Amino acid sequence: MTTLTRPATRRRPTSPARRTGGRTGVAWTGLAWLAGLLFFLPVLWMVLTGFKREVDAASNPPSWFFTPVLDGYRQVFDRDLTPYLLNSLMASLLSTLLVLLLATPAAYALSIRPVAKWRDVLFFFISTKMLPAVAALLPIYLLVKELGMLDNVWTMVVLYTAMNLPLAVWMMRSFLLEVPSALIEAAAMDGASLTVTIRRILLPIVAPGLAATALICFIFSWNEFFFAVNLTATRAGTSPIFLVGFITSEGLFLARLCAAATIVSLPVVLAGWIAQKQLVRGLSMGAVK
Amino acid sequence: MTQTVTVGAGAARRRTVRSVPAGARQRWTRRAPLLPALIFAILVTQIPFLVTLYLSTLDWNALRPGRRAFVGLANYGEVLTDARLRAALLNTVVLTAGSVVLSVLLGLGLAILLDRRFPGRGVVRTLLITPFLVMPMAAALLWKHAIYNPSYGLINGVVGGSTDWVSRYPMLSVVTTLVWQWTPFMMLIILAGLQSQSLETLEAARVDGAGPWQTFTRVTLPYLRPYLELGALLGSIYLVQTFDAVFTITQGGPGTATTNLPYEIYLTTFRKFEYGEAAAAGVVVVIGTIVVATFALRVISSLFRMEDAR
Repeated sequence: MTTLTRPATRRRPTSPARRTGGRTGVAWTGLAWLAGLLFFLPVLWMVLTGFKREVDAASNPPSWFFTPVLDGYRQVFDRDLTPYLLNSLMASLLSTLLVLLLATPAAYALSIRPVAKWRDVLFFFISTKMLPAVAALLPIYLLVKELGMLDNVWTMVVLYTAMNLPLAVWMMRSFLLEVPSALIEAAAMDGASLTVTIRRILLPIVAPGLAATALICFIFSWNEFFFAVNLTATRAGTSPIFLVGFITSEGLFLARLCAAATIVSLPVVLAGWIAQKQLVRGLSMGAVK
Repeated sequence: MTQTVTVGAGAARRRTVRSVPAGARQRWTRRAPLLPALIFAILVTQIPFLVTLYLSTLDWNALRPGRRAFVGLANYGEVLTDARLRAALLNTVVLTAGSVVLSVLLGLGLAILLDRRFPGRGVVRTLLITPFLVMPMAAALLWKHAIYNPSYGLINGVVGGSTDWVSRYPMLSVVTTLVWQWTPFMMLIILAGLQSQSLETLEAARVDGAGPWQTFTRVTLPYLRPYLELGALLGSIYLVQTFDAVFTITQGGPGTATTNLPYEIYLTTFRKFEYGEAAAAGVVVVIGTIVVATFALRVISSLFRMEDAR
């Protein structure tokens, strides 16, 4: 299998041997909680600041206790955040859909019924992920400009599809490899057609894999900034572009900024929290289960 | 995005030409599901690179319309002797290596902490992965304005003083933000490694009289090696392209102190409009990446020990 998980004789998702008791246990718990809270502190600070009045947000020393207000959020929506969120949603969802449509058959041809040079193809895909996006920026910009597609959501859909395609091919391949080959052979023996095999055998088994792949592609598209800032403006701008627009404004803006940052981060944070298990496998392109 | 490292594509073509027609048909039905993705990837990632190659031979500044001439390799001469680009290369190495090494080390520590059972482990895990999920642009803005700010930032609010963190320690400011975002990623991969380690091995080490530290350095660490390598490799692939943090926190400054290659080429393209030079710099970066990537691909292929085709 394409995996780093070794055939452990006994897995220990919850290991009784590693439960530490007594004073060491308390210290361990304390240390782990401290680390967790420390890493979470900036996020907590962002959320808190979003509910402050601008004066409180810019106070020194920082105020931990305050009456929460919704001014920041109100101002964010007054400045028309919604179209940016919709652009982000459209670019992310459509590109994720397109990636899955392209990557799943490709992964099939690289795992279950592999082409002769499947290894080379696999490495070609991953190597497209390694080369710097910045080297492609200028030609893409000129090409997109020539086609009159600047500041167009569809341009972002195409670029995000290319960006996530290698990731999805590798992930889907790792999921397809988990389908027992005996099952596929049995289906062929029973004279099942390809569509039936796919619908009845492959899809049910790889459905969680499809979901995990979709999640990862969605996260990377939603968060993408480099192409968005160079190829979009007001019409097709995605949510990170909205955030950048804040900085030019005069005066105190910290509460507003934090409110906006919280809103645009929320979809991915929630999705990631819910799908923690799939996250590891997705981020390692299927190598770690 | 642009890419060229293909292994043995020529060999594949040769075989196709010589093959018997009957087998050829079957081979094409095998290839059919692959083709849309492959063609799409080639179109969107390889064509721009060819265009970059062409553009790199032009003297073309978009601010001076009408003057667009073929200059051969002159842009390359300029790029290779450019002090700014050399500084950017060095900054890229420092930024990438610094962030990767620190986040792997921190990730290892956190993974070890989370490998034991303790009350609220699930909650702590959830708290720890959150920085990775926050939008990078949001994270960069948050750190710059709410945390590093000299007059109302969180750091000075807690420790006192009025240090301007970003201008005093520009590189460290950027690296800290990146490490904060990428440590959870490393932790998740390393934790998966720790949890796949068999209990028998650890027990055997204990029976043989190894202390906890010895068990860790002699048994666990060697076992974790592929996970550490995988984390470092994937982290490098993403971090070498860092743009959001530099763009937001330091704008590459002060001077060129934190200008990395992506940001420098971005400046050449969209601030100076030196299209020819930007293209040449892009080509140089791509060639450098191919060299590094060839090595990285070898690591990947040893990491993903791949089974043979079924």
